[in-house]
Amino acid sequence: MNIHEHQAKQILKKYGAVVPEGVFALNVDELIEKAKALKTEKYVLKAQIHAGGRGKAGGVKILNSIEELTVAAKELLGKTLVTHQTGPEGREVKRLYVEESSNIDKEFYLSCLVDRASSKIAFISSDQGGMDIEEVASSSPEKIITTKVDMDDEISESDCEKIINIFNLNEDAKKQAITVIKSLYKMFVGTDANMVEVNPLILTKEKKIVCLDAKVNFDSNALFRNPEIVELRDLNEEDPTEIEASKHDLAYIKLDGSIGCMVNGAGLAMATMDIIKLYGQEPANFLDVGGGASKEKVSAALKIILSDKNVKGILINIFGGIMRCDVLAQGVVDAAKEINISVPLVVRLAGTNFKEGKEILDNSELKLISAENLDDAAKKIVEAIK
Amino acid sequence: MSVLVNKNTKVICQGFTGSHGTFHSEQAIKYGTNLVGGVTPKKGGQKHLDRPVFNSVLEAKNEVGADATMIYVPAKFAAAAIIEAIDASIELIVCITEGIPIQDMLKIRQKLSGSGSRLIGPNCPGIITPDECKIGIMPGSIHKRGSVGIVSRSGTLTYEAVAQTTENGLGQSTCIGIGGDPINGTNFIDCLDLFLNDSETESILMIGEIGGTAEEEAADFIKNHKIKKPIVGFIAGITAPPGRRMGHAGAIISGGKGGAEDKIKKMEECGITVAKSPSIIGKTLFDKLSN
Repeated sequence: MNIHEHQAKQILKKYGAVVPEGVFALNVDELIEKAKALKTEKYVLKAQIHAGGRGKAGGVKILNSIEELTVAAKELLGKTLVTHQTGPEGREVKRLYVEESSNIDKEFYLSCLVDRASSKIAFISSDQGGMDIEEVASSSPEKIITTKVDMDDEISESDCEKIINIFNLNEDAKKQAITVIKSLYKMFVGTDANMVEVNPLILTKEKKIVCLDAKVNFDSNALFRNPEIVELRDLNEEDPTEIEASKHDLAYIKLDGSIGCMVNGAGLAMATMDIIKLYGQEPANFLDVGGGASKEKVSAALKIILSDKNVKGILINIFGGIMRCDVLAQGVVDAAKEINISVPLVVRLAGTNFKEGKEILDNSELKLISAENLDDAAKKIVEAIK
Repeated sequence: MSVLVNKNTKVICQGFTGSHGTFHSEQAIKYGTNLVGGVTPKKGGQKHLDRPVFNSVLEAKNEVGADATMIYVPAKFAAAAIIEAIDASIELIVCITEGIPIQDMLKIRQKLSGSGSRLIGPNCPGIITPDECKIGIMPGSIHKRGSVGIVSRSGTLTYEAVAQTTENGLGQSTCIGIGGDPINGTNFIDCLDLFLNDSETESILMIGEIGGTAEEEAADFIKNHKIKKPIVGFIAGITAPPGRRMGHAGAIISGGKGGAEDKIKKMEECGITVAKSPSIIGKTLFDKLSN
């Protein structure tokens, strides 16, 4: 689960890191009213969307007065920003954040994430702040250091020093940077974060270490024990179809192709998408119906697939393990009575009770195409939509 | 020989009396698994499925001498169940549960190192040695005892590969589902090492997917191993868009890493034949063995 920059900064502050003072609002009047309280010469206006690359897309502006801020805020709110992370359709700006300006002396990069290969927490630090870290990693990898630390209640002083060594700071700034690392670590563990990224972390001309930007991603599997994080979820930033799917406990991801897929199991669902491509077509979605598919679930899944107007045909691929094919087949038959399936439907059943499942489908009034195996299924759906 | 489990493996079930625990314990018993009892706190002393229920794993181990445990407890409590099994020095811990917080897994990995326990999973179908021992949720009927060792990050996609090797007569020595989470107990390398050293396993199927670099590391391991066996692989997710989690918590291409093409390229460089389609995994192996 992702959150906005202003929310991430509040959490960082709570855990002891220094962030610029700022205010946020969903409308311009409220924003300006709140911004008047900031003690600053210049105002930094930042569009709040769940995507990086806002600066280049015109989502960050520095303004000299409340009047300038008002004009810029009116222009930015409701605007659609297109960045390298939003896709070509972009993202509409629905909330704005204003903060005090900072006098930047040096910029650094700092992030903390779960390292899959070592099963440890990894800190990534670099003296190349404010840039795309993936670009730095490919152009000058020697300017990035990765420090792996154990999962514990707190981080050791020596690990902190290793992490900030590349920043090359004087004693006082070093102390401040160590405080940031300790705060970040506590926040990471305390909120079940997957990733916390501060880019840039800056040294100001007044010799203060400040987190100038912040991006956090939380572990969705741990939200049950972090209710204060759940409250920060912004449904405006998520795809409405994917929200609907998650209500039915379906893993759905919309893609650009024309063949809708309904599969049990994530690996098989991906493999089904892949075989569609092998036969020259593109999948319209990823959809894992999970282990126990009831009639309601199958019906919801079919509705979600059909809500995508690009869908010209549907492939149902089920390998019954825990899921019984007869239950799935009955679900398809019942669902088809409620919703009009106007596109070709290919069904492939294998595993637990596949014979019973096939019988149910064969004896129904449904116009569907039965497939013998995965290969047959892919060929038939590609043929059917021609 | 098979690997890790056989007909003598004494198995217990944690979450024994719950609905999942009950259903899959019944299936395991039907298959012939030597299920000697189960654990449900506060229900110790009762009988369930004609087997004793214990309050704790340690009690079960002391009373019936369990070698392996299968865990079917909800995600919130699964980490505690795994740690309890490690503390009771159970040799093989198989955790089926999906949705365990990743930081719980970091703690478990620390706990596992230096212990005598091996964890398979979480978020996996389990492990099966056909005709001898089934620990997990896979349908027993699609398996056939034979010579292929199968290791996979996926559930139903493994069934696909299993069915294909059953149809073409090769059969399986042991099938291990290592799970779809980013951090797991047993990885590809552990399983490949077991299969390479197992006399019954004549060839290996390795089924991976996008996300992380476990397949690349496994490919290097195979290249440098002194024992050579024919290995066929498949990677799911060539059509998966970057930055999206494809159902499995671990299936995500991030920061330009973890894509299917890179994995396939690396595996081929290390001598693994990668099946181009999920429908020809079994055939690709059969053809490789026939040549």
